[in-house]
Amino acid sequence: MKNINAEGHAVVVGASLAGLRGAEALRRAGFAGRLTLIGDEPDRPYDRPPLSKAVLTGDIAPEATTLPNLHALDAEWRLGVAAIGLDREAREVRLADGATLSYDRLLIATGSRARPWSNPTEAGLAGVHTLRGRGDAAALRRALAAGPKRVLIIGAGFIGCEVAASCRALECAVTLIDPGPAPLARILGQPVGEIVAALHRALGVDLRSRTKVARLIGNETGQVVRANLDDGSEVETDLVVVALGAVRNTEWLSGSGLDAGPGGVVCDEAGYALDTEGRPDGAIAAAGDVARFPHPLYDGRPVSLEHWGHAVAQGEHAGRLLAGAATGAAYAEMPAFWSSQGGVTIKSVGLTEGADAMVFAQGSPKEGRFVVVYGAKGRCIAALSFDSGRWLPAYAELIAAHAPFPPIRVGVDLHGLAVLQPGFPEEWTSS
Amino acid sequence: MPDLPPPPDGSPLRVTVDLNRCQAYAQCCYAAPEHFVLHGREALFYDPAPSASDRLSIERARVSCPVQAIRVEDPERQGR
Repeated sequence: MKNINAEGHAVVVGASLAGLRGAEALRRAGFAGRLTLIGDEPDRPYDRPPLSKAVLTGDIAPEATTLPNLHALDAEWRLGVAAIGLDREAREVRLADGATLSYDRLLIATGSRARPWSNPTEAGLAGVHTLRGRGDAAALRRALAAGPKRVLIIGAGFIGCEVAASCRALECAVTLIDPGPAPLARILGQPVGEIVAALHRALGVDLRSRTKVARLIGNETGQVVRANLDDGSEVETDLVVVALGAVRNTEWLSGSGLDAGPGGVVCDEAGYALDTEGRPDGAIAAAGDVARFPHPLYDGRPVSLEHWGHAVAQGEHAGRLLAGAATGAAYAEMPAFWSSQGGVTIKSVGLTEGADAMVFAQGSPKEGRFVVVYGAKGRCIAALSFDSGRWLPAYAELIAAHAPFPPIRVGVDLHGLAVLQPGFPEEWTSS
Repeated sequence: MPDLPPPPDGSPLRVTVDLNRCQAYAQCCYAAPEHFVLHGREALFYDPAPSASDRLSIERARVSCPVQAIRVEDPERQGR
């Protein structure tokens, strides 16, 4: 039998953060065979978080975001060519240029893409942007540097909020539109969403919550000039950013027999991809945005996470797994993310989904610095900080330990914590 | 396509900071003020592609980080 680590071929599909860190982990774990990375973009792996912040403000150039390579890869790169099919019986990946690559080990790290505006004609108007890749950021930066009259941002999730703050840093007029009661309320709940709303209003953002864009209108040259809103009003705009979340890149796996779809590539606890019968394929793992896996911290509930730190940790886990060097323990990294908007840093650990209560555990919104802890069924499940990130590791420990909620606070000068309703605006859909 | 060619001489260092780990102790801002700066209380902005001639100050920033959040690729000394 072939010694995979000596003579095998490991193929990584997806040349972004998870794929790069996965490839490095394969090498670190002793994989000495042939290694190929496939990426549909022409660039070497680059870092995405700056694309909605320092790249838009012009503080760093888009091409400066190339990621450091932290371990010698000795890899073959197939960049600018997408994988379009997977044949698990033949153990082959099919590429858009007609080539096929056989593999012994396969890491699926194809990530996600920006969800486009629902009307393709309107989405095709000049001045209508999405933001996901380096090219998107470069195009949006050029448009912002040209001095738009008003930027309209559709969707007040993290990307929409960060873009709004970056636009205000450039002193562009901005309207931010979202159907929810407050920005980020779907993830952080309404009380925190209201604080985010106040932050953006203070930055000078024209925030319209509980509002949807009905139509984008172009002029005779096909340039967007206006948006009609569902409340009957209009916004004159020459630059629209559609920030409606992401779509996982799983279409190329259709027909492969893997359990993959809009929810992601379904994996088992170890990280192996499952087929449609629920059997793990021991040659295939998935990592990053595209992977859907049972999280041990949350009773094995299937989750897929679009976090930077998750792409790193799960990429590394998958690399070790495919090199036969995993410890056998389930992947159980504590979810964590950060965002910075208008000079404020928002950080989070754990997952808020399913929270039935929350407390302001430290600080206060008035000071602009605080920590919120979210609870479900009497246990701590997530914590969030505004400019108080140093406290989060302590709360991460509580979450990992399934500690009682509200968190116990001892001290004669401390009054009890007021337990609030998180007020998520809509039923959680499985995400 | 073979391995990408090695970066040409004078190509920049590559820096990332794990901003989940970063706790805004700002030691990097003292060690390499041209490349690391805090916006507000704890939003760290950094130069992901500093010039190779700034190797020394970047290295100082990397080792002075109390939570070891800074990772650097140096084309001349790969594998850190």
